Amino acid sequence: MSTATLAAYSVVAVYSAIAVYVLAFIAFVLDLSKRSAIAQAAAPAVQAPTSQTTAASGSSRVAKTAVIDRAAPPAVPAASVTGRASRYQRTAYALVIVAWVVHVAALVLRGVASGRVPWSDLYEFVLTGTAIMAGVFIVIQVWRDVKFLGAYITAIVVLLMGLASVNFYVPVGPLNPALQSAWLVIHVFVATLGTGFFAVGGGLSIAQLLQSRREAGGLTRVPLLATFPNSEALENIAYRVIVVGFAFWTFTLIAGAIWASYAWGRYWGWDTKEVWTFIIWVVFAGYIHARATRGWRGSRSAWLAIIGFTAVMFNFTIVNLFFKGLHAYTGIQS
Amino acid sequence: MASRIRSDQPQPQPDDGSSAVGDPLRPSDHVDGTPVDDTAADVTQPRLNLVGYLRFFWRQLTSMRTALILLLLLALGAVPGSLVPQRSSDPNGVVAYQANNPGTFKILDSLGLFSTFTSPWFSAIYLLLFVSLVGCIIPRLKHHLDALRARPPKTPARLERLVGFRSVTTTTDAATAIAEARSLLRRQGYRVAEYEDSVSAERGYLRETGNLIFHIALVGILLTVGVFGSFGYTGQRILVQGEAFTNVIGDYDSFEPGRFADESSLQPFQLRLDTFEPKYAFQPDGSWAPEDFAANLSTRVAGGSWTKQTLKVNAPVDIGGTKVYLLGNGFAPVVTVKNPKGTVVYSGPVAFLSQDANLTSTGVIKVPDGLPEQVAFQGFFCPTPVNSSTGCRSLSPYLSTKAKALPVLQLSVFTGDLGLDKGVAVNAYALNEDKLTKIAGFRTSVPGLDLHVGDSAELPNGLGSIEFTGIKRFVSVDIHHDPTPAFALLFALLILGGLLLSLFVPRRRVWIKAIPGRGKQLTRIEYAGLARGEDPALAGAVAELAQRHQQHLDGVPDTASDDPDERT
Repeated sequence: MSTATLAAYSVVAVYSAIAVYVLAFIAFVLDLSKRSAIAQAAAPAVQAPTSQTTAASGSSRVAKTAVIDRAAPPAVPAASVTGRASRYQRTAYALVIVAWVVHVAALVLRGVASGRVPWSDLYEFVLTGTAIMAGVFIVIQVWRDVKFLGAYITAIVVLLMGLASVNFYVPVGPLNPALQSAWLVIHVFVATLGTGFFAVGGGLSIAQLLQSRREAGGLTRVPLLATFPNSEALENIAYRVIVVGFAFWTFTLIAGAIWASYAWGRYWGWDTKEVWTFIIWVVFAGYIHARATRGWRGSRSAWLAIIGFTAVMFNFTIVNLFFKGLHAYTGIQS
Repeated sequence: MASRIRSDQPQPQPDDGSSAVGDPLRPSDHVDGTPVDDTAADVTQPRLNLVGYLRFFWRQLTSMRTALILLLLLALGAVPGSLVPQRSSDPNGVVAYQANNPGTFKILDSLGLFSTFTSPWFSAIYLLLFVSLVGCIIPRLKHHLDALRARPPKTPARLERLVGFRSVTTTTDAATAIAEARSLLRRQGYRVAEYEDSVSAERGYLRETGNLIFHIALVGILLTVGVFGSFGYTGQRILVQGEAFTNVIGDYDSFEPGRFADESSLQPFQLRLDTFEPKYAFQPDGSWAPEDFAANLSTRVAGGSWTKQTLKVNAPVDIGGTKVYLLGNGFAPVVTVKNPKGTVVYSGPVAFLSQDANLTSTGVIKVPDGLPEQVAFQGFFCPTPVNSSTGCRSLSPYLSTKAKALPVLQLSVFTGDLGLDKGVAVNAYALNEDKLTKIAGFRTSVPGLDLHVGDSAELPNGLGSIEFTGIKRFVSVDIHHDPTPAFALLFALLILGGLLLSLFVPRRRVWIKAIPGRGKQLTRIEYAGLARGEDPALAGAVAELAQRHQQHLDGVPDTASDDPDERT
């Protein structure tokens, strides 16, 4: 197949993926509205003290050692009053996986068409970044069920992919000599990985802020929050996710500096993009410190996580497009 | 290992789960720290003396809250560095800004915003942050070194309230259960201490070690850049084919030494550009995209002979620790200017700087001496020209061989004062037209010069003649000596390693207690854990430990490894 054909198939796959993500988004929203209804119906039950949580954990042993006298209550409170995922949610999650597979196929086609990694201009970069965002969202469910973030993640992914397809599309081209480096592959890929984790972490922090407001007696008109984990559990999950993102981001900074020292003769020069990568790193370092600082744990640190993710988005869109600097690899002629 | 053996020696310990020695030391406002009640101190000590004030400010400076505020200020302070052009990374942008907005320029410049990252206020933020950091890590370092030699704290009297508590009964006697618990915990990498009928164990000291390495390496980076960086220098030079460059300050087009660098820091070597091979790919939209640039250089160190080396964009040439980077490239038309008598007054290649991707280039030729007046030429060079009203435009970055569109040099001619006689440095690539008169070219009555290779033309007013004799390539190179990268890389890797350890190694304590049964009663065994810092997996770890311990006591063959980390 010719390069042009492959690239054309890639575009078709991108639009297909967007369409399936939109369907997933709709299903996630339906799930949220269903949660809302369930939460309203279950409202009196939630008011009652929860005592059924420990019931299932007692069991007896047959060997020389004997009955467990008492088990401590589980560390994480029961996540959801619904217990089982709604049909909408299961459909939505399946759709996200389908969309993601098509999305990755689009990237592979683009990569094969250009004969290099598919993250060398802004269009490709957004495609890869959103694929990683969705991938992180899918994989993270194995560890913790945060499917309630589905609407948020699919919305971001659809908006960014749409924006990239309409505004940033450039035909497949050769690699700018400054980008011909193994460090490009590593630096940019790890940066997008970090972005994926920050996106999920940002969503969790938003949920945490809403939840803590509800726990303080506010937001009574948003009953679906009752089906989310409590704010402390949300904060703990957000922290674990963001910390992974922060480790990737630190690596991004270092790999970028190494690449810069080969390409531009210095490893750090306060180029616009370097400044923003630094700002993001410092904000998330602040987040990690805030979580360990009395009086800052909770909502204040959650705000820092959200500011951090906003800065990440700003860096990948506005800074790439409108700021002058050495990282001008959008492929878009002004 | 020595510390582990010593840790088995009995030492007096307070009777609670969280002894002060075992815990990582934290500032008083850390969530795991011990709060200091400042208000109470104020009541008993209403007037602080100087030492009291210093102590108070020091504690404020090294507190978590101050560090956090300083971090956020650092992030905020860096923002203008991306909004306003910086002298360090975009000097031309600064000049342009000054020309376009003289009013705001004055205000912003007085705030130091055009060199944000070296401005006093930005420096103040990061210096305060690092003082705060050093003040925080020194006591923690000492404390951690003590903790590494200390034995795990005494088992708390009541384990019930701790994480993952569970209790089982067994027919095994207490002594066997404790011995088994001890060996199991040691195999899992815990440091253990036995207290009467219990084993106290702790692991994850690497968490604090990593945290300290991370912070110390940050200080290391700052010192490396701040101190060692001052011994480096950087300079730029345009190198035309065939020309030799010698590494002395006078041979640079621009040169910026570090604070401690001078002429003696320059290693003696020479550089020469032999050929330049660019590769472009034709795009469906009609443009040319660069694919590869290779500059074939000859280099020579003092006393050596010329050796051939290839310089590429991502592959600098290293000459005895000084690196040469490829920044740009272009064409250098070779011209010869003669006076009316036919004597050569100027001859050589002149680098024309490219203005677009197809190497439409502009340049200036200055002839200060030898002609009746000082003469300057300014104009365009196009490798594959198409004519437009204001000058040629190039359609391809390659030199055309088609007879209809041969490479062209289009020049306007000026006479007057070139401003070269005052001994002040003047930009070689720009013309200050203030004291010059245009005598040929656009908007004058005399047409400009339109030359192909081999053409010559008479200058107006009988000033002489100019001949376009050939075309050479040039590259612009950045020559850079920086002693810091190796150290910076080392510290960067320590930062990453320390970070990973401090974020992902769990620091935890677990206890296994065996309470002997009276008479025919069974032995009761209790298990519990205590997290030191973030440790969401603790309850699971205690449960697994309990299960393994019971399997050992039951004599159930245990096929899996004892170390839970080895399996994951």
